[in-house]
Amino acid sequence: MTTPVTNIKFASHADRLLEPVWAEITAITPEAEGISTYWLKFVDPAAQAAYSFLPGQFNMVYLPGFGEAAISVSSDSEDRSLVGHTIRFVGNVTRAVSRLKVGDVVGIRGPFGAAWPMQEIEGRDVIIAAGGIGLAPLRPPIYYIMNHRERFGKVYLLYGARTPSDLLYPNEYKKWEQAGIQVQITVDRADENWQGQVGVVPMLFYRFRMNPESVVLTCGPEIMIRFVVYEGLARRIPAENIYVSLERNMKCGQGSCGHCQLGPYFICKDGPVFRFDTLESFFNVEEF
Amino acid sequence: MSSEHRPEIGSTVAIQKSAFNALLNNLKEQGYEAIGPHVKNETLVYEPITALEDLPRGYVTEQEAGHFRLIYLGHSRYFDVIPGAQSWKQFLFPSRKELFSLTKNDGGWKMEEGEKGTPAYAFIGVRGCELAAIQIQDNIFLRSDFNDPIYRARRERAFILSVNCLHPAGTCFCVSMGTGPRVNSGYDLNLTELEDVFLLTIGSESGRGALTGVPLEAANGFVLNAANRALEHSASQMGRKMDTSDLPELILNHLDDPYWRSIGERCLSCANCTQVCPTCFCWDTLDTLSLDGNETRRTRVWDSCFNPGYSYQAGGNTRPTIHSRYRQWLSHKLGNWKQQFGTLGCVGCGRCITWCPAAIDITAEVVALREETSR
Repeated sequence: MTTPVTNIKFASHADRLLEPVWAEITAITPEAEGISTYWLKFVDPAAQAAYSFLPGQFNMVYLPGFGEAAISVSSDSEDRSLVGHTIRFVGNVTRAVSRLKVGDVVGIRGPFGAAWPMQEIEGRDVIIAAGGIGLAPLRPPIYYIMNHRERFGKVYLLYGARTPSDLLYPNEYKKWEQAGIQVQITVDRADENWQGQVGVVPMLFYRFRMNPESVVLTCGPEIMIRFVVYEGLARRIPAENIYVSLERNMKCGQGSCGHCQLGPYFICKDGPVFRFDTLESFFNVEEF
Repeated sequence: MSSEHRPEIGSTVAIQKSAFNALLNNLKEQGYEAIGPHVKNETLVYEPITALEDLPRGYVTEQEAGHFRLIYLGHSRYFDVIPGAQSWKQFLFPSRKELFSLTKNDGGWKMEEGEKGTPAYAFIGVRGCELAAIQIQDNIFLRSDFNDPIYRARRERAFILSVNCLHPAGTCFCVSMGTGPRVNSGYDLNLTELEDVFLLTIGSESGRGALTGVPLEAANGFVLNAANRALEHSASQMGRKMDTSDLPELILNHLDDPYWRSIGERCLSCANCTQVCPTCFCWDTLDTLSLDGNETRRTRVWDSCFNPGYSYQAGGNTRPTIHSRYRQWLSHKLGNWKQQFGTLGCVGCGRCITWCPAAIDITAEVVALREETSR
């Protein structure tokens, strides 16, 4: 048996700047109004074999003629057969994505960025706090925990969306609960069928007693992240045990084009996942 | 000294000014395209040059905040003129560069490389501040974790003939930033212009090669002293200065200071400062799609943190106000740059002062912020 040899260069040392690797859409899962998950397989099987990512990393998804968008990978990092991207149709590129069909081809560069610290947090209680589309980059850590459930303590998912129909992955919550993850869901505005909680995600911190040794992983609107951090700190979880994933205008993915800077960091290369203590000094500076 | 004698790297020789053309011819024969300062449309640009006569002999520039004048004095010096808006950045990091084009073919896209081939430039007349700026961009584009293929190819091929600056302009502050007026290092040849001769210090094997066959004279103590005195005088003639002793902390510790708003009221967010800055490196990409949708060209272009779209993201604009954009620029240039790349991002060339239509002066703003925050 021979080992497949590949010269596929995914990330930062491509001979040609911004050269994508082509991937075909094999399935599209509608998730909510204006949000779908695209399941991609690289056209070149060697590329598929060579590609791997860590929970929390992202790809640049390229549509020729439209441009690129930074999209986190929302699939299981230990399933190398497909790459999943949950995409909200909100900008120029992603609205064009919404018109794609199964069999269409997109360009991929990646994976980029810092991952959730899954190995470092083994043995701890884990609080995953997500808002809206922010659950997409937190689904790989959920899968990772499920794949290695015995390595973690108590695990809570605190998730909220604007309305019940905006909730992502509702069909999976039961599976997650069966795997020993306590799932707490809230919505900003209920509809007539909603039986669950109403309120913002940080309020879910008041519904259970947490160990100050817990680790918090959070992603969502920046205002939500701010209050999740407050609630965590108020429960004596040190800033070093709070990890946030931030969004900025990412273009190159390699800390070169400058767009995604936040203080000394290039979010695309030094983040998007940060330990909160490294962000503390400028996280609250307005319009920074 | 006979021309057969090959001077050592690190040594300084003298040539008659007329012999400079022999040097330019050597560079041409070695495959370089020489680029130098040139008067065009009544201003100073960096353009291909073929002879000494293309250089701005007899000119100086007058530079103040929001003010640039090219003045003809008629003297016999070629390198007295302090550069204009352009810098060498545009050659190593082109303002517009096609990366590749894509054509639709049965369900996929066929890629073709953009413009092929890499020019080999010989930069004639790189100032100390400008050479420092190139070295700062080296830190950005030639990192261990990211290597920009376009920059790398051009940089590796470039020949640098630098110039010690003897007549600084009103907006110059290279002394404060430690980048001039004497060129530090990193050149192939470094030139000092005296009244009758050019002194050339040899910085590399390529620099030595460029002097092959050029009639060389010994640089005696008299001319070396004259050059040193001229440089000392030059250092005392800086139009501006900047105290860097409390940077970057002065800025990073006062990101919330109301002073930023007062700059925001004067700044037009026109992005001139970032386009003329020899270290600003931000870039964007453009896709140009044919009308039938079957062909697209992907191009890299310069961007600026002053452009409203720069910080746009799905949730809106991260920096919707002008003062927040100015703060981003300054707190990067004189602040976070240090943590990112080990130096400040300013070399003291003064371009951002000269070319600001609102005459905002980076040196004055630092002083004002210092006064404001020490009250």
